[in-house]
Amino acid sequence: MRRPVISNMLIITALIMVLFLLNVALGSVSIPTRAAWNILLGAADQDPIWTNIILKSRVPQTLVAIVAGAGLAISGLHMQTVFRNPLAGPSVLGICSGASLGVAFVVLLSGSIGGVALSRMGFAGDIALTVGAIAGALAVMALIVYVSQRVKGNVTLLIIGVMIGYVANAIIGVLKYFSVEEDIRAYVVWGLGSFSRVSGNQMSLFVTMMCILLPLSFLLVKTLNLLLLGDQYARNLGLNIKRARLLVISYSGILVAVVTAYCGPINFLGLAVPHLCRAVFRTSDHRILTPACVLMGALFALACSLIARMPGIEGALPVNSVTALVGAPVVISVLFRRRKEDTAE
Amino acid sequence: MKQPTIKIESLSTGYRGKNNVTIVARDINATIHGGELTCLLGPNGAGKSTLLRTLSAFLPPVEGSITIMGRNLNDYSDKELAKAIGVVLTEKTDLRNMSVEDLIGLGRSPYTGFWGNLHDEDRQKVAEAIEMVGIEPLRERMIQTLSDGERQKVMIAKALAQETPVIFLDEPTAFLDFPSKVEIMQLLRDLTRTTGKTIFLSTHDLELALQIADTIWLMDKQKGVMIGTPQELAGNGSLNSFFSQRGISFDIHDVEGSLCIIPRTK
Repeated sequence: MRRPVISNMLIITALIMVLFLLNVALGSVSIPTRAAWNILLGAADQDPIWTNIILKSRVPQTLVAIVAGAGLAISGLHMQTVFRNPLAGPSVLGICSGASLGVAFVVLLSGSIGGVALSRMGFAGDIALTVGAIAGALAVMALIVYVSQRVKGNVTLLIIGVMIGYVANAIIGVLKYFSVEEDIRAYVVWGLGSFSRVSGNQMSLFVTMMCILLPLSFLLVKTLNLLLLGDQYARNLGLNIKRARLLVISYSGILVAVVTAYCGPINFLGLAVPHLCRAVFRTSDHRILTPACVLMGALFALACSLIARMPGIEGALPVNSVTALVGAPVVISVLFRRRKEDTAE
Repeated sequence: MKQPTIKIESLSTGYRGKNNVTIVARDINATIHGGELTCLLGPNGAGKSTLLRTLSAFLPPVEGSITIMGRNLNDYSDKELAKAIGVVLTEKTDLRNMSVEDLIGLGRSPYTGFWGNLHDEDRQKVAEAIEMVGIEPLRERMIQTLSDGERQKVMIAKALAQETPVIFLDEPTAFLDFPSKVEIMQLLRDLTRTTGKTIFLSTHDLELALQIADTIWLMDKQKGVMIGTPQELAGNGSLNSFFSQRGISFDIHDVEGSLCIIPRTK
């Protein structure tokens, strides 16, 4: 039982390393793998342009993809468990929409009311976007946590979350209607999701934050395992349901808020990776699923980021298109295979 | 040998709304004994589930008090309660990809540490629970591949692994075929004998309850709760009056100490 778990984890880790290297070596500027490897190891005698591209652009982007993927996968896992709904995911509770609303306010309103097009402001504009996204996401999350302490049913809570998402999208629609085209484009580009938007200091801040947040997920494993049994059984086993919900929703909400603020709303990954992990590891035990989701999320994000920047594609494809196009067939095929094995038993 | 483990005094069960209280059953006085199987019978809507929810501390009593093992139910902390009362519910858990052994292991949660890892002692208790319920062959099976009866036994094993002196079961025999119903009821009665636990369950399987239970509670909206051994209730006419108010008459025969119920035909 234990051995396949460990060997699976090792295989995924090895794949992450391979994809990390590929992510660093491949791109619109072709750099020989050997040179890329040397630069990574800190060799000073390499082509300065290559060194710059790798250390300033590709490595940060790859790191961002790893932590963002891990974060979204963990938050998806938590949401699916706490709502006991396989379709729950980071975007379902309206937290993503909250972030989008925050960004929409910053991008669209500053253009129409303040007369400054943020899209032209560069660095300061980036920070404003991040702050807007975090504020929006946390506002929606606070609202949902408040509701979660008052309503009993998980389905009710889920529906309220979805409704909040609709309201946020409606307000975004109104804002768009009154905005100039240039600002709308800036907003749409943010909405496509990207691992490469973050750079420099912001990148280090983001990666540091995620490195602190991600290990915290391990503190919730026992709570999540009990929640699997349903509220009443969990309560009977000594779990304080209200507090458990508060902790799990706030934690995963903060994860989504931070990732969305820096990378834009990335769909699908948070929903799909937990399913992939359950199918591959054949377990619902969060002691295994938590590390599995961190690894699988990182792997998935790296693969998508690599495909988005395939040689021959100028710039980068929107991550959102890649996650779904690559991921959906993979997940569907894995689930189908498992279903067959289940019925064969 | 028969210790009173649960004392219920002038208990009213129900739900508190914002400005009103809905009372489901009022003024229940009773004791439940250890080492005995007690069955709660009553028509739909009589308040069986509400009573069980109140006894399991899922719902606060509207009035009156419940004393379990000499302590008021309100004085138990969440953790202590988890070591005092185990429950088996009617709600079907929608679990996938979890082995029977792991699920029963979750019953050890009140005793495990921060990560919920099982120690040797916990594994030993899980193995004992599996043995007591007789589901050794299912150990490695995934929950989603089990039949309803097997699943019910797993949940009973979970409650046993929890090592509580009291176990409450809400309609454990619902949805089962007849042999499984008999099997579960006999299993529960045997458990009261071998472990001395207090087992209290609600059921609609009247005849089975009359034959297997030590004590019967008849619960009714009008008459409240009537308590006695099956023979007592048959003898003093409680069983008959319990049915006759629903316009159905039965003949109850005592055949060598076990009661048979035969609907009277016109």
